[in-house]
Amino acid sequence: MASIITISGLTKSYASGFQALKGIDLSIEEGEIFALLGPNGAGKTTLISIVCGNVRPGGGSVSVAGHDIVRDYRGARSAIGLVPQELSTDQFERVIDTVAFSRGLFGKPRNDATIEKVLRDLSLWDKRHNRILELSGGMKRRVMIAKALSHEPRVLFLDEPTAGVDVELRRDMWKLIGELRQTGVTIILTTHYIEEAEEMADRVGVINKGELVLVEDKDALMRKLGKKTLTITLSEPLPDVPGELAEWGVSLEAEGNEMEYLFDTRAERTGVSSLLRKLGDLGIAYKDLNTQQSSLEDIFVSLVHREQAA
Amino acid sequence: MSGPNLRAIWAIYRFELHRFRRTLLTGLLVPVITTSLYFVVFGGAIGSRMTEIDGIPYAAFIVPGLIMMSMFTESIFNASFGIYMPKFTGTIYELLSAPVSAAETVTAYVSAAATKAFIVGIIIFATAHLFVDLPVAHPFAMIAFMILIAVSFCLFGFILGIWAQSFEQLQVIPLLLIMPMTFLGGAFYSIHMLAEPWRTITLFNPIVYLISGFRWTFFGKGDVGIGFSIAFIAAMLVLCLAVVGWVFRTGYRLKK
Repeated sequence: MASIITISGLTKSYASGFQALKGIDLSIEEGEIFALLGPNGAGKTTLISIVCGNVRPGGGSVSVAGHDIVRDYRGARSAIGLVPQELSTDQFERVIDTVAFSRGLFGKPRNDATIEKVLRDLSLWDKRHNRILELSGGMKRRVMIAKALSHEPRVLFLDEPTAGVDVELRRDMWKLIGELRQTGVTIILTTHYIEEAEEMADRVGVINKGELVLVEDKDALMRKLGKKTLTITLSEPLPDVPGELAEWGVSLEAEGNEMEYLFDTRAERTGVSSLLRKLGDLGIAYKDLNTQQSSLEDIFVSLVHREQAA
Repeated sequence: MSGPNLRAIWAIYRFELHRFRRTLLTGLLVPVITTSLYFVVFGGAIGSRMTEIDGIPYAAFIVPGLIMMSMFTESIFNASFGIYMPKFTGTIYELLSAPVSAAETVTAYVSAAATKAFIVGIIIFATAHLFVDLPVAHPFAMIAFMILIAVSFCLFGFILGIWAQSFEQLQVIPLLLIMPMTFLGGAFYSIHMLAEPWRTITLFNPIVYLISGFRWTFFGKGDVGIGFSIAFIAAMLVLCLAVVGWVFRTGYRLKK
C-alpha cells in the first residue's frame, strides 16, 4: 500500500523552550486506521496540529498525499479533514450552513448531495436546521466530524474523538469510524484509551515525551497480549524450581512463595492443566491460583516508564 | 486546485454577512438612532445658536464627521470581532487548517466588515437627509472615500482582533484612542476655530485629515488640502497592510 503521510525528522520546540517533538519519523498508509497513543503532554496533539497546519513545524519535513505541508500547503491541506479535541463550533449557526461553509472554505464547489450524504451518515440530517447550540455534546462532535468530511478528504484526523464522551456514545463513535474506513478514508486518531486503539486501529504508535517509542501492527501487539500469566501461590515456599517442571519453564517469585507460568491462551494446549496435575504428582500444595493478561496498557505503561527511567 | 481559493473567500464573506444579518435590527437601528440624537443635540439645540462654519450651515457641516465617526467604530468593531471570535471560541482551527492563504483570509474578513461599515455609512447619509439639505460636491469621490476609509479601518480592526487576548483589549483601542481622536479631530468643528497652540497640535491627529478629506467631497473644501487627506489614507492603508503581512508571516498570536 502507498503511504499517504510521510513524516521525517520532525521536531518542534515552543517559544517557552519546551521541546514537544524530538525527531518523529512516521509513515501512514493509505486506507489504514492508525492510533496514536500517549499520555497527556506526550506530543500527540502537537504532531497532528503540525500536519494539519495549526502549529508551525520546527525541523524536518511532512508531506501529505505527495504535497509538502509548507511549500504546497494548499495541496496538503485539501487532502485533510481535522476534528480537534475541543468542541469548537459556531453556536448560532445552523448545522447545514456550518457544514456547507467548511466545504467552501476548502475550495470545493457547492454540492448539496455530498452535504446531505455526510449529514445522513452522521445521523444529523434530521437536525440540519437546528442551531448548533441546541445540540447535545455528542451531536456537536458529530457536527465537527461532518465539517471535516464535507470536503471529501482522503485523510481524517480525530484528536481524542471520545474524550469526555459517555460509554454509549463512544461505542457509537467506534461504529462510525468503522463505517468511515469502508469509504477508503485514512484515519489517524489520538487517544489515551488503550481500549479504543485495540478496538479500531490497524496499527498503533506510542508517543512519549516527544518521541515515538513504538509503532507496530495491532495484531502483532495483540499476539503479545494473548499471553497470560498464571500465578500459583504455594502453601510452602520452594527454594528452587524442581527439575520435573522444566518443560513448562516456570519461575519462582516472591521468595519462592509464588510460581509463575506464562502461557498462550490461543494455543491448542495451554499446559495449565498438565502443570497442575504435575504439581499434584510432586506433592506441591498451593492455596491460590490467579491468571492475568498482559494488556496493551501494560506494554504501554512499561514503555513509558522505561523512557522515564532513561 | 490552483490559483487563489476564491470559494473560501466567498464562504467567509457570506459567513460574516450572515453573522451581521443575525443582528440586523440593532446593527442598523443603532446608527440611525445615534445620528438622529446627534442632530437633535448638535444640529438642533446647539446648531441653532451657531451660524455657519466656512459658509456651511452647522447642521450640514457635522454630517461628514458623523458618518466618519460611525464608520470608524463600525469598521473596527466588526473586523476585530470577526477574527477575535473564532480565536475566542476555538473555531479558528478550521481556518488555520484550510487551504486558504493569508491574503485570502484578510480579503474575506476585511471586505465583509467593510461592506457592513459602508452600508451603515450610507444609512447615516440617508438619515441626515431627513434633517438637513445636504449638497454633495463630489459624489464619486464621496463613495470612493467611504470605501477607502472602511477598508483601512477594517484592516486596523483585523489587526486589533488578532492582537487582542480579551474582550477588554478588544474595546480599549476604539474607546480610548479612536473615539477621543475623532472628537478632537474636527468631527463637530473646524480646526480653524481653535486657538494656537491647539490648532497646530491638532494637525498631528491623523483623523483630522480623514474627516477633512471627507468633508471636502461634500462641500468642496476642508480644513486641510485634499492632497494631504488622500496621502494620509494611502499611508494608513499601506501601514495596515504591512502589519497584516507581518502577522501572517510570523503567525503572531495565531499559530504557535
